[in-house]
Amino acid sequence: MNAGESSKAATQARAPAALAEADFDRSPASLGEVAKQIRRSVITMIDKAGMGHVGGDLSVTDILTALYFGILRVDPAVPDWPDRDRFILSKGHCVGALYSVLAKRGFFDEALLADFLAPLSPLNGHPNRRKVPGVEANTGPLGHGLPIAIGSAIAARLSGCNWRTFVVLGDGELQEGSNWEAAMCAGHRGLERLTAIVDRNRLQQGARTEETNRLEPLADKFTAFGWDVLEVDGHDMPALLDVFGASGDGRPRCVIAHTSKGRGVSFMEDRVEWHHKVPNADQVAAALKELTV
Amino acid sequence: MTTAVASAVQPAPVFDCRQAFAETLMELAAQDPRIVAVCNDSVGSSNLGAFAKAYPDRLINVGIAEQCMVGTAAGLANGGFVPFVCAASPFLTGRALEQIKADVAYNDYPVVLCGMSPGMAYGELGPTHHSIEDFAWTRAIADLTVLVPADPAQTRAAVCWAAAARRPIFMRVGRFKVPAVTEDGPFDPDRIAELAAGSDVTVVAAGTMVSRALEAHSLLAAEGIAARVLNVSTLKPLDAEMLVRAARETGRIVTAEEASVHGGLGGAVAELLSQSHPVPMRILGVPEFAPTGDTAFLLDHFGLNAAGIAAAARELVG
Repeated sequence: MNAGESSKAATQARAPAALAEADFDRSPASLGEVAKQIRRSVITMIDKAGMGHVGGDLSVTDILTALYFGILRVDPAVPDWPDRDRFILSKGHCVGALYSVLAKRGFFDEALLADFLAPLSPLNGHPNRRKVPGVEANTGPLGHGLPIAIGSAIAARLSGCNWRTFVVLGDGELQEGSNWEAAMCAGHRGLERLTAIVDRNRLQQGARTEETNRLEPLADKFTAFGWDVLEVDGHDMPALLDVFGASGDGRPRCVIAHTSKGRGVSFMEDRVEWHHKVPNADQVAAALKELTV
Repeated sequence: MTTAVASAVQPAPVFDCRQAFAETLMELAAQDPRIVAVCNDSVGSSNLGAFAKAYPDRLINVGIAEQCMVGTAAGLANGGFVPFVCAASPFLTGRALEQIKADVAYNDYPVVLCGMSPGMAYGELGPTHHSIEDFAWTRAIADLTVLVPADPAQTRAAVCWAAAARRPIFMRVGRFKVPAVTEDGPFDPDRIAELAAGSDVTVVAAGTMVSRALEAHSLLAAEGIAARVLNVSTLKPLDAEMLVRAARETGRIVTAEEASVHGGLGGAVAELLSQSHPVPMRILGVPEFAPTGDTAFLLDHFGLNAAGIAAAARELVG
């Protein structure tokens, strides 16, 4: 039996029960409501912890919600199911949104979110697969997610399995050279079951990306590296579900998701200082109010 | 033990450990479809030509891109494979150190990082191509096992063990030819082997230095100094029991490594003994960027030979 057969056997043994899909409503309207709950969770976690990356958490929330509630073939009851789809959050500092989504999806108890960043909590400031069910890769240093995703996509191909691999990249982190080593490699290999999503909120820690180290023309760059590039409004749930739904056409797919940092909270939106600023009590109340409407 | 010492003083045949490495990897790959090789344009220098021919899909050559190489290996491990990353040690460890730490060790993925042609194996190509810092760098990373096989038989055994160990591993695979100093048998990752007995001083050696330590043992024996010789094939975690016993029983320690004198084998032994059984020590290694010369010349230049080891032992014995 080769690796593919072995993995397929495991898949057949476990997948049918694992992937029963009727457990929640996957309509775009329903996912929009889930995203709102995730945003409230992020604000509450950061308020309690007194720390976090609120701007990027809120920009990536709709993307993560679309993936975990509409696209990924994962089973919270069997997080290491061999034929699962893989998701890697390369911008690991936006882990508040990831934890909220994983908990909401059932990978662990939502009550644990109250321990975000607390001493000895499994919920570290960057994801740890050894402590948190559903996390595929320990990210944090930027520029690591895409190479790992390439390995996962090659593994799927080698083992004859069907899983897809998704990775979310921050736009600022595209200044790391390792991403371009990986972009070249994925294009060269035609890894069509790999989708890289760029959370294009146009802000990095201290300033706009284009003022710091210009990324544009970003779509042209990925196209030149052999990728199938699509651009989408990163807060438009039906559009996200649509572009994530299909793989590339013999090429890896790059989805440039145009987003706003701090999305959903008027006084945070597109403001550089909210990269990791912590809201005060009044701001928390105002944010939660906006996210409840 | 006697046999090893006797053969070391005769003109003994010498071997490039990469050959044993590549042959063993081929044999394992035939038995286990999870084994893949990942490299950075290093098919030739890692002796992977036959592997590429036999298993073209299972040799993943990402090109000259070490960060992508190590990250890709982590992703392959996530997907159920056992990747052997084969790349020149200076570039694997230097360029991709953060990937080794975060993607492999912190993730606890079963990736075997094979540092080919380590130490000063690239001789005249100079310090950019020497890998003398790899011991210090890899030793500092939590949950990363660090192996230093001393000869072809031990390389073969270490590769077999690593393939089944299911843990993050860095392994040196030597290019500079060495004589056989160990016998065939399974690799014991927990144990430092005693290759020669002695009660006056202990020479703690790794990799290419092991055969030279055995030669030093013979030189010293002729002067009436009994030097124990230990082969450290697992640099991390260290076999503390064997080292403390050597310190207690011989009272003097010389370490010898083809690596920086900072943070390598000598540092590891000193960290251990200074806290448990302090004894006078001499740390032999590479103290600076090497001048131009082939590997044999450079080892002699830095006193990393039988005469240099014997001199350090003599100094301690006084």
